[in-house]
Amino acid sequence: MAKVINIQPITRIEGHASIHIQLNDQGNVQETKVAFKSLRGFEKFVEGKPAEELPRIVSRICGICPWMHHIASNKAVDACFNVTPPPAGNLLRELMLTIAHIEDKLLHFFFLAGADFFWGPEYDFSVRNIMGLVKANPELAEKVIRMRHKAKMVLDSFSKKTIHPVAGVPGGFVKPLSIEDRKIFIDNVNELLEFALFALEYAKKNVFPKFDESYPGLGEITTGFIGMVDNKGSLNLYDGNIRLMKPDGTSKEFRPDEYLDHLAEKVVPFSYGKFPYAKSWGEGFSMDLDAPKGIYRSNTLARINVADQIATPRAQAELEEFRDLYGRPAQSTLLYHYARLIEEVYTCERAIEILKDPRIINPEVRAKVEPCAGRGVGCVEAPRGTLIHDYTTDEKGLITRVNLIVGTTHNLAPINLSVDRAARDLIKNGVYDDAILNKIEMAVRAYDP
Amino acid sequence: MPIKLAGESLNACSGCEISILDMGERLLKLLEFVSIIHFPLLMDSKQGKNNSRIVKLPKADVGLISGSIKTDEHLELALAMRDSCDFIVALGTCATHGGIPALANSFHNEDLLEYCFNTEGTDKTDGFPSHIVPELLDACYALDEHINVDIFLPGCPPHPDHIFRALQSIDKNESFSQSKKSVCDNCPATRDGKGQVKTLKRALELPRWHAGDDKKEGFKCFLEQGFLCMGPVTRGGCGGDKEHARCIMTQIPCRGCYGPVKKESNQRLSMLNALASNGIDISSLPETLSMLRFSGGHGLLRPLPRIKES
Repeated sequence: MAKVINIQPITRIEGHASIHIQLNDQGNVQETKVAFKSLRGFEKFVEGKPAEELPRIVSRICGICPWMHHIASNKAVDACFNVTPPPAGNLLRELMLTIAHIEDKLLHFFFLAGADFFWGPEYDFSVRNIMGLVKANPELAEKVIRMRHKAKMVLDSFSKKTIHPVAGVPGGFVKPLSIEDRKIFIDNVNELLEFALFALEYAKKNVFPKFDESYPGLGEITTGFIGMVDNKGSLNLYDGNIRLMKPDGTSKEFRPDEYLDHLAEKVVPFSYGKFPYAKSWGEGFSMDLDAPKGIYRSNTLARINVADQIATPRAQAELEEFRDLYGRPAQSTLLYHYARLIEEVYTCERAIEILKDPRIINPEVRAKVEPCAGRGVGCVEAPRGTLIHDYTTDEKGLITRVNLIVGTTHNLAPINLSVDRAARDLIKNGVYDDAILNKIEMAVRAYDP
Repeated sequence: MPIKLAGESLNACSGCEISILDMGERLLKLLEFVSIIHFPLLMDSKQGKNNSRIVKLPKADVGLISGSIKTDEHLELALAMRDSCDFIVALGTCATHGGIPALANSFHNEDLLEYCFNTEGTDKTDGFPSHIVPELLDACYALDEHINVDIFLPGCPPHPDHIFRALQSIDKNESFSQSKKSVCDNCPATRDGKGQVKTLKRALELPRWHAGDDKKEGFKCFLEQGFLCMGPVTRGGCGGDKEHARCIMTQIPCRGCYGPVKKESNQRLSMLNALASNGIDISSLPETLSMLRFSGGHGLLRPLPRIKES
């Protein structure tokens, strides 16, 4: 009966990965591996390039979150060249990053992961997707498509290139925001906020109750968490300290440029993606399901777990309701979706806050930049987690060394654990079907696309 | 009958697929004449792949392939797509010319692996990943280096207007044509053609920009302002059917993401020629290999030969 079940490719995620489940003679799960199959070599092939070109190159790491790479890269180059953008430059970067988050969360929830809950994991795969939603619920689908596009078009109208952007530049931002554009953007983001609140209510009624009813404990594991917070301990996606929380809820905070004191990466034989772990906990690294070591998670649930509060009122009210239900830190894997829609509310509120900041229309958006030798760490929160770009330049400002930890990477070990958990719970005595295999994939979709 | 569409993404970032979604409400129109039957990013079709390394994909009228070919698995998928689709569309510059990931072609695989798995912060390892993961090929290839391609849609990413039009033309059985002009041909910049620039500046400062309040006056060509702009040697159209080039209109010089004007040309050679014939000192740039950052496939970027130790 011993055999290997391969789920390949994992679908409705960004990136290339597959699941391999080894069954023993009794047909129960012996071992599970999630392989991440992409190795493009960005860290190596940017060697020798002028640092100021990197924000336009490394955005290609991810076409779903290019803004986050673009901005983390700009921040790293700023730090190498020892330059601080003027307030408007920083605010415009944060605005673009925040609106890109708004768009991404709609994409993740409605276009990619949501179908499992709208139809159920056993439903016909040719319908169980966004195209199916267009047919089944044209009103909702049309609204979702329009709202996602609206967020995209705010980015587009101001910065022209929204996939692989170019508008962030070392020293700040390429151009100031006009009073007219500002007004239009506030109107648009207000509409997005309204939709975010609708989406959260919709999901509270139609989706989240299914977590416990239909998928009790799916992929549930107990881990630590990572995410950025500001100096008051509030959720922040653009700037701040990194907070690393242990499974027991205690946490340590450090500056992004101190990341190497706290995090390390493990090479595993079955994945081109390396597996980061919390080195500073001093317990090493283990993916033993019963006694994991050094394992922490990133992405939405992680961020709302590590943050003491959210500094915008509606998202804060939602966070309080969430914490009343699930505590802090909440561990259930499917709650990533709930956290995602809370963050959707936050990003809309925060975008409006930024747009209303009087400094946003200041014409001074960029500081003068001189190339020099240096080292700089740029960090932002990407949809899937804490994104770290670490560059070193020579005296001409050419890249000599790069280290990247991208959002998804933090979750590679946890994804393996969650998939292992789901597989062990769902496959018994060699019995499984397509619905069960899709349920196992749902443990991945909670974290990733 | 709607046309059946299959999609696969190889050595890529998913940006091309997101560009499809960026059609916005035209997506709904698209779904009236296109039926998506296989598309791993958007749907769960896994035909023939479970428990097998031999890929068999469902028959489709048109196959969109994004990404270049860098592993044995990419190659297998590309061949399977060619087998199962009547039309193959190379979607995006990775598929048409190698794209940014083909920058890796300047290095040997061992050097990539050695570097990526030994970064500061990575625990010492005895060996590189070799179990389950696909094998790396010796280079990052554009699609047409391995399979026949019917329509080339360059762009990083291709503009949604072009993707929509390409699919529409297949549906209507019409030939699909796109601009053969360069970015410069439709650039709104003013040029005086006096060739006063003798050296080029790095992108550490921005070109001057006079558009906006006084649109009539326009702005001066970035190259004539002394900035490297790949516009002369890059295919135009990145702004879609109605807009000018996107980076230019953001006030940022072009880096060539739509690939060469003529599919077969070498963006770096063409640019170096153009600069030299205008008397511009090429050595004023810190490096020029980046001129092939989007089109390093087709053997244009290669690692330096290893020097044998005696």
